[in-house]
Amino acid sequence: MGANGKERGTSRRGFLAAAAGAGALAAGGGAQAQAPKPDPLITEPQDWNRFLGPGVDAAPYGKPSKFEAGVIRRNVGWLTADTVSSINFTPLHQLDGIVTPNGLCFERHHAGVAEIDPSQHRLMVHGLVEKPLVFTMEDLKRFPGRVNKLYFLECAANGGMEWRGAQLNGCQFTHGMIHNVWYTGIPLKAVLDEAGIRPAGTWLLAEGADASAMTRSIPIEKALKDCLVVWAMNGEALRPEQGYPLRLVVPGWEGNMWIKWLRRLEIGDQPWQQREETSKYTDLLADGRSRRFTFVMDAKSVVTNPSPQAPLRQKGPNVLTGLAWSGRGAITRVDVSIDGGKNWRHARIDGPVLPMSLTRFYVDFDWHGEDLLIQSRAMDETGYVQPTKDELRKVRGVNSIYHNNGIQTWHVKTNGETENVEIL
Amino acid sequence: MSRSSSALIGLALAAALALPVLAQSGKTGLGRPALPEEIQAWDIDVRPDGVGLPPGKGSVKEGEVLFLERCAACHGEFAEGVGRWPVLAGGQGTMTADRPEKTIGSFWPDLSTAFDYIRRAMPYGNAQSLTADETYALVAFLLNMNNLVAEDFVLSRENFLTVKLPNAPSFFDDDREKAERHFWNRTPCLSNCKPDTRITGRAAILDVTPDGGDKSIKVE
Ligand code: HEC
Repeated sequence: MGANGKERGTSRRGFLAAAAGAGALAAGGGAQAQAPKPDPLITEPQDWNRFLGPGVDAAPYGKPSKFEAGVIRRNVGWLTADTVSSINFTPLHQLDGIVTPNGLCFERHHAGVAEIDPSQHRLMVHGLVEKPLVFTMEDLKRFPGRVNKLYFLECAANGGMEWRGAQLNGCQFTHGMIHNVWYTGIPLKAVLDEAGIRPAGTWLLAEGADASAMTRSIPIEKALKDCLVVWAMNGEALRPEQGYPLRLVVPGWEGNMWIKWLRRLEIGDQPWQQREETSKYTDLLADGRSRRFTFVMDAKSVVTNPSPQAPLRQKGPNVLTGLAWSGRGAITRVDVSIDGGKNWRHARIDGPVLPMSLTRFYVDFDWHGEDLLIQSRAMDETGYVQPTKDELRKVRGVNSIYHNNGIQTWHVKTNGETENVEIL
Repeated sequence: MSRSSSALIGLALAAALALPVLAQSGKTGLGRPALPEEIQAWDIDVRPDGVGLPPGKGSVKEGEVLFLERCAACHGEFAEGVGRWPVLAGGQGTMTADRPEKTIGSFWPDLSTAFDYIRRAMPYGNAQSLTADETYALVAFLLNMNNLVAEDFVLSRENFLTVKLPNAPSFFDDDREKAERHFWNRTPCLSNCKPDTRITGRAAILDVTPDGGDKSIKVE
């Protein structure tokens, strides 16, 4: 039971009261048909129609409208011992399109947010190289071959609380350890080539400058293929919580490898078996064996609306929408079911479909107030089809924590309330 | 303009366009050489084969004193964990149990990871404050708490590789593309895929979700 059981109780009562109110209204409405009343928002001049608003520079760095104050990252207090080595979640149900706004990208830190003056930041390349080098941020920004790329970053533990069954009521909490960002930087290969990798170099160790000195081993083929060293996200400098001033981008691979506050790259001839690739980020199977180096994020999708935090409120036309992604390439198709997987229809994909990026899908539908069991199923260009949770449990058991990409089910009840459920 | 002067301008233009000559060597010349002292200061990683271990040693007894002073507040006197802070000892034989307890003794494949991680990240809030001898002593103490070495054990760079962690053979490299081959290239069913469906579990029963959305509903 969460510490906030009490608040939850209140909100449940609130919900019941609202439902009762709705019933009373419906009953009253039947008694007497009234002529429609004009809307005062239209017939009366409003304050914002008459009085002057704040001028330019009132907010030199603009913020969302105060009416959007509820669109925020949220954490789950009981998951971790403190908020310094902890996680919060992207409010997927309140966003649209495929780009995650910088201030809403989920955070995962192991020793809090390091605050680094970019003029005091250094990147070192050493180990099995011809010439060990040190770069300043200015050096890196002078490299030729700058690129801009849109990639999703998903924590391998996204959905980790759901292995044993439906637990958290909201796609923010079940699927919100993900964001999708336009990065600006240079290929990691450019930096490594400058130092010159010796032929024996087969693995790379990347390290962060924060107080956890986060480290991960990365195979050199991946490092040279498409990894980036970046300083900007969505057109502006990285946010401190995303690794300002420098982060590693490892497209399609688990988020923990995308080292933030990147300060060191060492070339070696075997993996280092760091804490984050042994004690953590290894997948314990039912037979007691553990899979390691499960870097790639399997194809996955989720319906973000409706979902428990975004219930249905109106009968008639409604827009179902969601996100699909795959660490192995581009999404080729998304199917949606509203009857618990008995029948499926192809969702409409809108916006760019890019490899290793979030992909947005829609199903426009009419809701008549019936129960719905909503699911989505993603397919990627390698032919991978997102499995059901039970198919996944069959091969992985329930103790692997990481890489839960099973099909999510939302139960929309007749009053529109939506719940995270498991079905057979 | 004479023919020769326009040819000259052409040449100058070509030179200007070709300015980034660096393509030739593949090098930009950016950055500066890393000094040996700088590499030594940052290169503190330790590998399973012992590469990176500093000279030094420490006993279980010395480790116990240090652990009580600098670690036990979070990890418990016997490394059993306080509250939700990580458990560092015990759990052997629970990897197939309902609730596995992953510790250095029950789960970790390599001892080098313990040395490396404690030296780089612990104690939490005062990272990289331990000497090499202190780190050897703390690792020795944690081995003892996991019943892997005797109370009089002294861990050093010299005998480090003789200690093996029991769960090491349980690890294997990612084989999803083989073991889960059946998730590829199937033709997903589109209609009448199953006769019936029923709800088998609900998140609301557990009631562990933080308040984070307006759940009051009024359907119109
Ligand atoms: C203030 C609380 C605190 C203190 C004191 C502390 N630790 Fe930790 N320890 C943590 C936290 C929190 C983590 C997990 C950090 C993370 O999430 O990355 C951790 C992780 C660890 C781990 C890895 C556990 C695992 O299963 O992966 C080891 C080993 C460890 N600590 C050893 C020590 C030692 C040795 C000391 C004393 C020198 C120490 N700790 C002091 C809080 C503490």
